[in-house]
Amino acid sequence: MKFVAEINESLGISWNALRANKMRSVLATLGIVIGIVTVTLMGAAINGLNQAFIRNVSALGADVFYVSRFKWFNNTYEDWVSMRKRPKITLAESDALARQLTLADAVAPTADNEDSVKYKNRSASSVDVVGTTEAYLQTSGVDVAQGRFLTAADARGGQPTCVIGNDVATNLFRADPPLGERIKIEDQSFLVVGVLEKQGTMFGYSLDNRVVIPLRQYIGLVERNPGIDIQVKVGDLAHLDEAREELRQVMRRIRHLRPNQPDNFSINQQDEIVKWFHNQTATIAVIGLFVTSLALFVGGIGIMNIMFVSVVERTREIGVRKAIGAKRRNILLQFLIESAGVCLMGGLIGLGIAWVISLAVSKWLFPATLSVTIVTLSLLVSLLTGVISGFLPAWRAARMDPVEALRSE
Amino acid sequence: MRLILLQNISRRYQMGAETVHALRDVSLEIQRGEYVAIMGPSGSGKSTLMNLIGCLDTPSAGHYGLNGVSISDMDDNQLAEIRNREIGFVFQTFNLLARSNALHNVELPLIYAGIPAEERRHLALEALAQVGLTDRIHHKPNELSGGQRQRVAVARALVNKPSLLLADEPTGNLDSRTGAEIMALFDDLSRKGNTIIVVTHEEDIAKHARRIIRLRDGLIASDEQKVEGQESSVEGKTSPALDPRLSTLDRP
Ligand SMILES: Nc1ncnc2c1ncn2[C@@H]1O[C@H](COP(=O)(O)OP(=O)(O)O)[C@@H](O)[C@H]1O
Ligand SMILES: [Mg+2]
Repeated sequence: MKFVAEINESLGISWNALRANKMRSVLATLGIVIGIVTVTLMGAAINGLNQAFIRNVSALGADVFYVSRFKWFNNTYEDWVSMRKRPKITLAESDALARQLTLADAVAPTADNEDSVKYKNRSASSVDVVGTTEAYLQTSGVDVAQGRFLTAADARGGQPTCVIGNDVATNLFRADPPLGERIKIEDQSFLVVGVLEKQGTMFGYSLDNRVVIPLRQYIGLVERNPGIDIQVKVGDLAHLDEAREELRQVMRRIRHLRPNQPDNFSINQQDEIVKWFHNQTATIAVIGLFVTSLALFVGGIGIMNIMFVSVVERTREIGVRKAIGAKRRNILLQFLIESAGVCLMGGLIGLGIAWVISLAVSKWLFPATLSVTIVTLSLLVSLLTGVISGFLPAWRAARMDPVEALRSE
Repeated sequence: MRLILLQNISRRYQMGAETVHALRDVSLEIQRGEYVAIMGPSGSGKSTLMNLIGCLDTPSAGHYGLNGVSISDMDDNQLAEIRNREIGFVFQTFNLLARSNALHNVELPLIYAGIPAEERRHLALEALAQVGLTDRIHHKPNELSGGQRQRVAVARALVNKPSLLLADEPTGNLDSRTGAEIMALFDDLSRKGNTIIVVTHEEDIAKHARRIIRLRDGLIASDEQKVEGQESSVEGKTSPALDPRLSTLDRP
């Protein structure tokens, strides 16, 4: 009860003080504002990237290996030069893998390239044309929204069929139902047998702007001699490491590599992206935290300064309060609350600015979301900055001699 | 009944190499219900004495007892508590909180006393009524006249029902008519049984009190009790010989 009244009184005082010195208070909080904007935006960016990333990367599947000529990450320039000398992966190698692997559920050779796609008199350029087999349905994790996926018969090379992504369906067909219609790629017409479920974007690229056709038709039509990536889905997540080793050994056997020869192919995995991604976010976090602590430090000094001014200006008031019975801790609390209040205000302004920026960023750049955790954390950080930087001035006020304070002008 | 007992009180200030003796070995007794004026030229130690009696300051030497409690060796927080409970201050410059209205200014001591909000408001209104300001409770100090401000200050001093009302030059910033009004208020409070000590250098103001203590160079020069029935005719000094209770304390 007593404490509540005290806090109330302190809140009232600081509110009055803030109102009386609006401009000064706002300026004093600038450092805090910058600090909070940085920390929130950083948090929002990491948060948003994480969410998008998890959504995106789950499309890749944790239990899928990607056998390709290149290693995805951590490549030096020399690595790239030497990897360019590796032989391309062929369809025959993929077929051999499919026959020999025992721990794999599905093996899908894939190749893709940008090409234009036509429907009647409409045309869409830069569509990702993917050549693959029926196994792609399992390895890639796509779902079919309408119709069906490619069948084994389609893949072997029956009549040319295709499955189209959501964007292609809306862009090319607009209101028309696409199933049973024909689209043209490089003057070859394909029967639309299915439409894929909307997948969203991965790192800014739409996963829905694509057309899936049988690889046998892709070769020669879209690319004469494509490098093939093989997607290998493992049935059992628990045996991922064994499956990877089996895949590696079988691939080496297919390529007739002697024991002393290094692999001339790479087996990529989702977790490499995850690792790479965590590296990126860690970098953002370190830079962000550095800027934040710097801004908060400078802001804290500013607050300390303004609180010293406030204490000196109100020496007489401190004397009066002491004369009528305020104890040291009452005065200490009063100035701590004022300081915390100024910083909290800075924090709120910062959050407001960060909120607007994060909306803009999500709209134009990448997803950024303010979570409850970030908001709470920023407010706590502002409060803490206020308490820390207000402590010395408040302590000085609390220890003032009442007689001296009352004599001051 | 004894309220204040000062025994051999000294207060020294160190000014570089020089020691200023603001009070020298002062001994003094004040009874509950007394109405005392402290007079003396500027620099004679009036405010220093007030601050000591008001527990804002502690003596360099000597013993101070208030209400039977020894004050001389209390720490900061204990002194604050005593000031809050036992003493009401009225200052020359009013010393109200500029941004708070009259009601809140008067409530302030009760906040530090930890009185619940409702009771606080009730007591503050009561004190404001006592000084005749019931219709001004929501006015800020700058919306009040000097006399009204000093009334708010008196209400603030009274609100905790203290044992002692201390006023340091309470009329110093008021014109003579308003000053007289404030003094009439003190007279009234004195009649109701409050113990009052007023510091002043004006004889007209001191005249309101029933005992006048004169300081000079940190010493009590004279201590006169007004003789009953003579109130209207007393002008200035009463001969020490006429008052058996007079004590001009000069100790070896
Ligand atoms: N804080 C202080 N430091 C040094 N000297 C002081 C201080 N306060 C008062 N004095 C000195 O003590 C003496 C008495 O002062 P004060 O009690 O204020 O006198 P009065 O109120 O009667 O004018 C004066 O000489 C004054 O200069
Ligand atoms: Mg004085």
